[in-house]
Amino acid sequence: MTDVTASQSARRKAIPKVNGKAVVMAFYLLFLMLPIYWLVNMSLKTNEEILNVFTLWPRDLTFANYATILTDASWYMGYVNSLIYVVVNTVISITVALPAAYAFSRYHFMGDKHLFFWLLTNRMAPPAVFALPFFQLYSSVGLFDTHIAVALAHCLFNVPLAVWILEGFMRGVPKEIDETAYIDGYSFGRFFIKIFMPLIASGVGVAAFFCFMFSWVELLLSRTLTSVDAKPIAATMTRTVSASGLDWGVLAAAGVLTIVPGALVIYFVRNYIAKGFALGRV
Amino acid sequence: MEKTVNQKAWFLVLPVLLLVAFSAVIPLMTVVNYSVQDTFGNNQFFWAGLEWFSELLDSDRMWDALGRQMAFSAIILAIEVPLGIFVALNMPKKGFWASLCLVLMSLPLLIPWNVVGTIWQIFGRVDIGLLGYTLDKLGISYNYTQDFFAAWATLIVMDVWHWTSLVALLAYAGLQSIPDAYYQAAKIDQASRWKVFRFIELPKMMGVLMIAILLRFMDSFMIYTEPFVVTGGGPGNATTFLSIDLVKMALGQFDLGPAAAFSIMYFLVILLISWVFYTVMTNLDKREG
Repeated sequence: MTDVTASQSARRKAIPKVNGKAVVMAFYLLFLMLPIYWLVNMSLKTNEEILNVFTLWPRDLTFANYATILTDASWYMGYVNSLIYVVVNTVISITVALPAAYAFSRYHFMGDKHLFFWLLTNRMAPPAVFALPFFQLYSSVGLFDTHIAVALAHCLFNVPLAVWILEGFMRGVPKEIDETAYIDGYSFGRFFIKIFMPLIASGVGVAAFFCFMFSWVELLLSRTLTSVDAKPIAATMTRTVSASGLDWGVLAAAGVLTIVPGALVIYFVRNYIAKGFALGRV
Repeated sequence: MEKTVNQKAWFLVLPVLLLVAFSAVIPLMTVVNYSVQDTFGNNQFFWAGLEWFSELLDSDRMWDALGRQMAFSAIILAIEVPLGIFVALNMPKKGFWASLCLVLMSLPLLIPWNVVGTIWQIFGRVDIGLLGYTLDKLGISYNYTQDFFAAWATLIVMDVWHWTSLVALLAYAGLQSIPDAYYQAAKIDQASRWKVFRFIELPKMMGVLMIAILLRFMDSFMIYTEPFVVTGGGPGNATTFLSIDLVKMALGQFDLGPAAAFSIMYFLVILLISWVFYTVMTNLDKREG
């Protein structure tokens, strides 16, 4: 490791030093994984075992809880609905954020700083403030209980975030590239797609990751704006629990299944995660 | 980078402007509209002026919720920021273990917030949860639905579990960007471990740490789903934070006027504090660039 005094002592006694850091990380990861392990553990048990005996691993291994979810349309459609509005939201957010971020990173224009802060204020707006007005707005334009309504509502916080992230990445691309391209006779559109986009591809990936993440984890707005046709999985969970008198096993299985898409996305962007979380600003 | 003045850049910003105006300005104006009116149902509205605002400022309800919210945000920031930096300093720099740490640490960030609530609700239960069961067997009385202290402790530990990784990942990205030459120079000067941290690592992390603090502050100030699932704002009102109180008022009791006035003041408080953070952050950016 790179710190000075520690690396000097490391040469003298390498093993305790390595262990120190590993122990810290091991404890932290253990702390992170324990609740998730418990959820997975519960999802593989029968309800009798959950309620009657306290076991650290399932004695009576069962996949019935998962089978319940994957065979019942009212359950698995929740996942489909969530995925639809998350993807729609990500596409909309990135599409509108790209030109705006370019403008903010390259030009000065009237009111640019105020506009940028105003955009960020929407990232700061508590969803609770917007729940009721959104409900009325989307009901009055006939979009209530559609995927597009949720996708648009999530733009409230995802578009500002996407602009913020992309602006950070675009600032790192030297302006000479733009100028050379224009001299070579590229139009703005062609330059943007052919030359500029490949340069900030990792930034687009990171922004898409964040839009996906914040749209996927949000519940308050998506629950308020849907009733049947576009109901997200998160809301399906809350309702079924209260109706069926706490089916702990199925609840845990549903929870585990909501973690899966996130885990998949993380796996694909694992090499960009750290830089991505810094929003291109390191 | 030198930016050129170009008013036509407005056209590039226009789509964002229209979209956000649709999803932010119209709803916000609805809220403003409600906040100055009174209704007796049947869609009949009467001008109420600033009545709701003065009523709200006089009542204890909002001040109490605001106090709890401030305390919660302050506590979690005080824990998550130092802990996140500490974890980042202990992370492996490259190779398989670094990837593994990154993936495992990001996992809690991508769990839907009500599932986070559900996980901790189960985890803390004395009868079926690992944490609750263990504490109970150790002879510690622990019941997050009844006991004030246990409810707060559960929510704080849950938030630390959920979000410390965000701070750690940001700090880690900041650390990764420090060139080796800095450390070599420090070595030649025989700087102590603390001095390396204080004069090399911390200043280099400052930019991303400000992002972390800004994001953590905003999100903790808006927290709704997790405490709603775990404690439902109880016991009593012990964990009724601003958002929970607001939703209770707006969607539960349908008190549109007071709820709207509440919303506006809530938003203004967040704006004010975030503006301070943002100004500090952009100043830091300038000093570096």
